[in-house]
Amino acid sequence: MSEHIVPVRIYVTIFLVLLVGTALTVWAAFQDFPGPLNNIVAMSIAITKATFVVLYFMHVRYSTRLIWVILAAALFWMAILFAFTLSDYWTRDWISIGY
Amino acid sequence: MTTHATTANHVHGHPALQHHFENMEQQREAGTLGMWIFLVTEIMFFGGMFLAYTLYRGLYPAAFASGSNHLNITLGAVNTGVLILSSFTMAMAVYFTQVGKHRPQVFCLIATLILGLAFLGIKAVEYYDKYEDHLIPGKLIPGNPFDPEVAHHGDTDPHKLHLLENATVEKVEMFYWIYFAMTGMHAFHMIIGAGLLMYLIIFSLRRRFDPEYHSPVEVIGLYWHFVDIVWIFLFPLLYLLGRHVGHG
Amino acid sequence: MKPIESFEVPLPPKVNYINAQYGLKSWLLTKDHKRIALLYLASITFFFFIGGIYALMIRLELLTPQGDFLQSTTYNKVFTQHGIIMIFFFLIPSIPATLGNFLIPMMIGAKDLAFPRINLLSWYIYLLGGVITIYALLAGGVDTGWTFYTPFSTTFSNSYVVATGLGIFVNGFSSILTGLNFIVTIHTMRAPGMTWFRLPLFIWSHYATSMIMILGTPVIAITILLLAFERVARVGIFDPALGGDPVLFQHLFWFYSHPAVYIMILPSMGVISELIANFSRKNIFGYSFVAFSSIAIAVFSFLVWGHHLFVSSQSVYAGMIFSLLSFAVAIPSAIKVFNWTATLYKSSISYDTPMLYALGFIGLFTVGGMTGLFLASLAVDVHLSDTYFIVAHFHYIMVGGALMGYLGGLHYWWPKISGRMYPEGWGRFSALVIFVGFNLTFLPQFVAGYLGMPRRYHAYPPEFQVFNVLSSAGASILGFGMLMPALYFVWSMRYGRHADANPWHLPGLEWRTPSPPPTENFYTTPIVTWDAYEFAPREEIEVVGRFRHEAAEPT
Repeated sequence: MSEHIVPVRIYVTIFLVLLVGTALTVWAAFQDFPGPLNNIVAMSIAITKATFVVLYFMHVRYSTRLIWVILAAALFWMAILFAFTLSDYWTRDWISIGY
Repeated sequence: MTTHATTANHVHGHPALQHHFENMEQQREAGTLGMWIFLVTEIMFFGGMFLAYTLYRGLYPAAFASGSNHLNITLGAVNTGVLILSSFTMAMAVYFTQVGKHRPQVFCLIATLILGLAFLGIKAVEYYDKYEDHLIPGKLIPGNPFDPEVAHHGDTDPHKLHLLENATVEKVEMFYWIYFAMTGMHAFHMIIGAGLLMYLIIFSLRRRFDPEYHSPVEVIGLYWHFVDIVWIFLFPLLYLLGRHVGHG
Repeated sequence: MKPIESFEVPLPPKVNYINAQYGLKSWLLTKDHKRIALLYLASITFFFFIGGIYALMIRLELLTPQGDFLQSTTYNKVFTQHGIIMIFFFLIPSIPATLGNFLIPMMIGAKDLAFPRINLLSWYIYLLGGVITIYALLAGGVDTGWTFYTPFSTTFSNSYVVATGLGIFVNGFSSILTGLNFIVTIHTMRAPGMTWFRLPLFIWSHYATSMIMILGTPVIAITILLLAFERVARVGIFDPALGGDPVLFQHLFWFYSHPAVYIMILPSMGVISELIANFSRKNIFGYSFVAFSSIAIAVFSFLVWGHHLFVSSQSVYAGMIFSLLSFAVAIPSAIKVFNWTATLYKSSISYDTPMLYALGFIGLFTVGGMTGLFLASLAVDVHLSDTYFIVAHFHYIMVGGALMGYLGGLHYWWPKISGRMYPEGWGRFSALVIFVGFNLTFLPQFVAGYLGMPRRYHAYPPEFQVFNVLSSAGASILGFGMLMPALYFVWSMRYGRHADANPWHLPGLEWRTPSPPPTENFYTTPIVTWDAYEFAPREEIEVVGRFRHEAAEPT
């Protein structure tokens, strides 16, 4: 299995995309979007930037399926940590058991 | 170790081939896989702190927004740009090693190191600003407890803490504790990264890496990109969360 | 393929991994996974005895209802330190760092682990963590319970919390590096022909264990760091007086510490699979079920930690979900027990020492596991929380389960590791003494706990004394039982019968190289064409000596 060499123009493109994303997220931070949209916009931009770094700078786009699975597992496990812990706080008031 | 004579299939390959591997391909695969698994542990490590952040921001949104607004957004954004550029130069360093261009490879590694040190320098400036404004939480610095001057309505002094509605100083201290914990841990990882880069630069100058053997450059690159990604999340979560609310 | 019995085993070499090089430096700077396994074996045994001394002190104090042997603050330190040493410095590394390190490369046909220097580093990190913790113990000890609950540990305890936490933090890296090494090795260094489903179940178990080590240990690392910072810097993530939430600490702590108990039991289950198959000379029933159940346990183990928080003010709704998942996590373990039992059915069982440990494991682990189901029920747990029922439950699993597997594995692979046989008669005798002593120690604790005796108390109401006296009596028998292997293993290194490459006559790859093996494990890379537990047809077995029985009558 030979190693894939990513062409320079892809690196340059991704780099520029990341800079644009940074500028965009700073601009969006000062706009007062309704409801939770500010958070959603900021996190979406951050996730997109991170995805590009992972796929191209870290070569995951050209890596074996094992690497994909390992990365997905890490994200899934972090999601477990978040979801189950926050579900405790979120549901504390749902059922009252008398004290 | 036993002598080579007793092993029937000892391979005299690349000088960097280690004894227990059959060929360079297996060694490279193992190295890459090993670094990815290490990054999994880093994801879970930072994940714990992100969880604490999420919880307390949900509980004290106004205090967190107030604390966030007091951070220097320019320095934060510049630092983000610096790290993104350093990720680019790191990726280019790997590229040049893969194609065997020695001088650009070394140049890119040195550029990455300089950018990383620039990031740390800017961070130090930010930390010093917090120290001056008495925003270091708890008793982290003996003799300099958390005791910021709170701005009254209409006062625009940037060194004073501007509290939004419903924010209290105690909960702003919680924000700064998380700020220092997360950026401090991130900076610590950057320092380690800088050390790893120095190792790469020294050995690159000795022409240790070539298209056939460049696994250390690649895996240290993976580490460096990971540290960049952590900052990509830290920047909006710490610096940007309250900007749309404005000053109180 | 040729029946196993006619496989040609190389003659024992003059040079093996033990005598390949002499001198302290060749051991302390070794990259050989087998030598590193022995380094771990020595250090783990050392810590086991320290933890055992603490256990002795606990059982002495609890002989009488009054707190007369130790002061309450001292007693708090004793049970805390017993837990910390046993969990972090004995149980978690035990099988992976000794048997795993030694056997994994051999079982897959490799010359070493993927990262030999990282393997050595993990041992030094383990020692460093141990030294820091021992310093903390000698300086004055820690009294928070091994669970370090806040705000007692952050604000009110006057003991060496930070130092102990630092020792555990450092030790965690040893765990992470071991798990990392195992996963990479199993993925990338299997010999030609060694497909995933030809792997011994010992390997599957260690892979699952390594998954847990990688995913869980970093969370306790950050938790301990935050705890230490809070204690030192007086900022409050966990302290309610400073705006923090103590339940957050419990969530973060148990996110690791529950899967950690599976780090302790999974390797032992892997050993048991080996022992059951090989000492009944029959392929494991439902190989793929057992293999996948290891992975299932690793995954499910991360979904149940809230069952440690049922009485902590955790949301009842979340509690119900955690309770349901805790019942679910028992299923893969039960699958293993059923499959082991089915393997024994109509097989050719030989009651050698390792098999005695394996059979003991099946019984004791079942008791421990079933009592876990009691605790998974929300309402029952309210009654049993913080009582001796819990203490008995986890000791059945940790000692009756994990420790039995460790001892069984040590006996089973001792000829491979040392080139000598242990004395079989003494082996069987100690296994029985340990079994009896263990049950006498911990069975009364179930009853005492159910009747209301709280845990972590140095004085208790007199009606519980009878249970405590039985328990302490059992503990002395158990201690005596465990002393014997320590003595005869050492004895056997000098005076034990020499073992050949395959004293048990088994198909595993580790038995196809001399005892003790050469440093590079195999003279030529093996090419695997057989399944893990392929035994020769019964008619072809010959009588070959002390450790094999006559060919069984065809059934």
